[in-house]
Amino acid sequence: MQKLDKNEVKELKNLSCRVRQQVVQMIANAKSGHPGGSLSAADILVVLYKKILKTCPSWEKDPSFSDRDRFVLSKGHASAALYAVLADCGYFDESELMTFRKLHSRLQGHPSNRLLPGVEVSTGSLGQGLSMANGMALGLKLDKKPARVYALLGDGEMQEGQIWEALMSAAHRKLDNLTIIVDRNRLQIDGDTDEVKSLGSLRKKLSAFDLNVLEIDGHNIEQIYEALQKSKTLSDENHKPTAIIANTVKGRGVWFMENSACWHGVAPNSDECEKALEELRSKEVC
Amino acid sequence: MLSKTKEVKSTRAAFGEALVELGAQNPNIVALDADLSCSTQTKMFGDKYPDRFFNMGISEQDMMGTAVGLATCGKIPFVATFAMFASGRAWDQVRNGICYPRFNVKIIATHGGITVGEDGASHQALEDVSIMRSIPNMVVLSPADATETKAAVKWAAEYQGPVYIRITRTSMETIFDEQSYVFDTKAKIIKEGKDVTLISTGETLIEAYNAAGILSEQGIDAEVISVPVIKPLDCDTIISSAKKTNKVVTLENHSIIGGLGSAVCECLSENYPVKIKRLGTNDVFGQSGHYKELMAEYELTAQKVAPKIAEFLKK
Repeated sequence: MQKLDKNEVKELKNLSCRVRQQVVQMIANAKSGHPGGSLSAADILVVLYKKILKTCPSWEKDPSFSDRDRFVLSKGHASAALYAVLADCGYFDESELMTFRKLHSRLQGHPSNRLLPGVEVSTGSLGQGLSMANGMALGLKLDKKPARVYALLGDGEMQEGQIWEALMSAAHRKLDNLTIIVDRNRLQIDGDTDEVKSLGSLRKKLSAFDLNVLEIDGHNIEQIYEALQKSKTLSDENHKPTAIIANTVKGRGVWFMENSACWHGVAPNSDECEKALEELRSKEVC
Repeated sequence: MLSKTKEVKSTRAAFGEALVELGAQNPNIVALDADLSCSTQTKMFGDKYPDRFFNMGISEQDMMGTAVGLATCGKIPFVATFAMFASGRAWDQVRNGICYPRFNVKIIATHGGITVGEDGASHQALEDVSIMRSIPNMVVLSPADATETKAAVKWAAEYQGPVYIRITRTSMETIFDEQSYVFDTKAKIIKEGKDVTLISTGETLIEAYNAAGILSEQGIDAEVISVPVIKPLDCDTIISSAKKTNKVVTLENHSIIGGLGSAVCECLSENYPVKIKRLGTNDVFGQSGHYKELMAEYELTAQKVAPKIAEFLKK
């Protein structure tokens, strides 16, 4: 297993902080959006796109483009974080980020693959992304492609029945080219997931569904990197899909948004935006 | 265009055969089913091409999503289940997952309409055309017999984008001649007439045609139009006929709300308003019974329809 050196970790942490600043600015500028779940997913997205996914915007016209790794943001409301990372990877110019959620923008409230390069499928209506990821994994297997599929799920989203249909399918079809990451921030719009409808022991549930299960700190860059690599090794060994439970903090990086369900889908006003940016700029680790 | 022989065959059997033929021609054709592969007849494809057949179990929502993922890899998924579940259970997945991004997924909705029979109201989709044709990017086909079904399925495989093909459970007489029939998006005049325009689709087309026969004995010369493509609707053919007859009747194995009748009203009221009578199920649920009894009970047979049309023409 490869490890990140100190400089790489520092670079990724800096990027996470930058992505978080952009998330706050985009949402404040749009006067709408989902800061909580975007901030909780930021570190996972940064490590995935910068260190794991074999995909690249310049490939699009290349015949080998069909060999690319796939990513599905099933929790489509974290779009702001995805767009910030895609811009950093060069899928489009950073200046476009401020069109987020505006009329005629390619950066829709929830991702649209028809509009924006780098987005594989359209998501937003919760619970649907894992089935789509399964379909990709099956398609890649049919074509004997070595690429891997990564799906990021929200924990609240796991209250949708389709997720469990899809988990059954993934295990039944032995999708060893699939890694599922659960952004376990433990909050949803109406409050604590344990109070609204508890997932109980998510680890036990996923194990019982016959998946490999890893559990990490979803804000620890090294742990995210190692778990993503390990998910492939484990799947290669036993031909099961692997799920990573990434324990995260909703609103991570902005003190007044952290662990607060109120910031699920509310935009900061200009004062709050300034306060948040000030905090994020002052940190090396967000 | 019309068949001289009277072969009896179900549209779902025709679909099953067409899919096997497509599978041989195109390695990108894949099929998905939700534990109904004997009923929908995808089993024929599954037996021949097991690697390209995915029985997803009783999980229609998961099936639609999986089809999306396969489509992103260049596959052409044919997704089959009963019309009730294809349209109702998985509507959000069809709308947001398939139609919004315009993925190349074909939905084969078998067992549409009242003629599901003994299974009763819970399984009789009478609203599916309505809720499917209202989704942007969706094409809605409703073939009338085995010949048209085979041609429609092959047309859908060539077309780039989502298609909903509504077929039915029962075996019926073949209307169209397999050798000469060409599927396109045009409505087809299968009998010319001048007194009234009868427009139908799917399983009730033969009833409309036979009703025209009954009416002709009473001196009423009905024009019969077949509409295999409900969306996009061939409005031109319908307007031309309405200009000739000035009276239009629609007949469908579906609710009169939102289906073919509504589509024809939308077209004519904007372009050439004439008196229209919509025949179909009248804002009610179905019930158990033999399909022939149900056709009569809900007044969809030629015998029940003909006097209603004669009455309508007197007004």
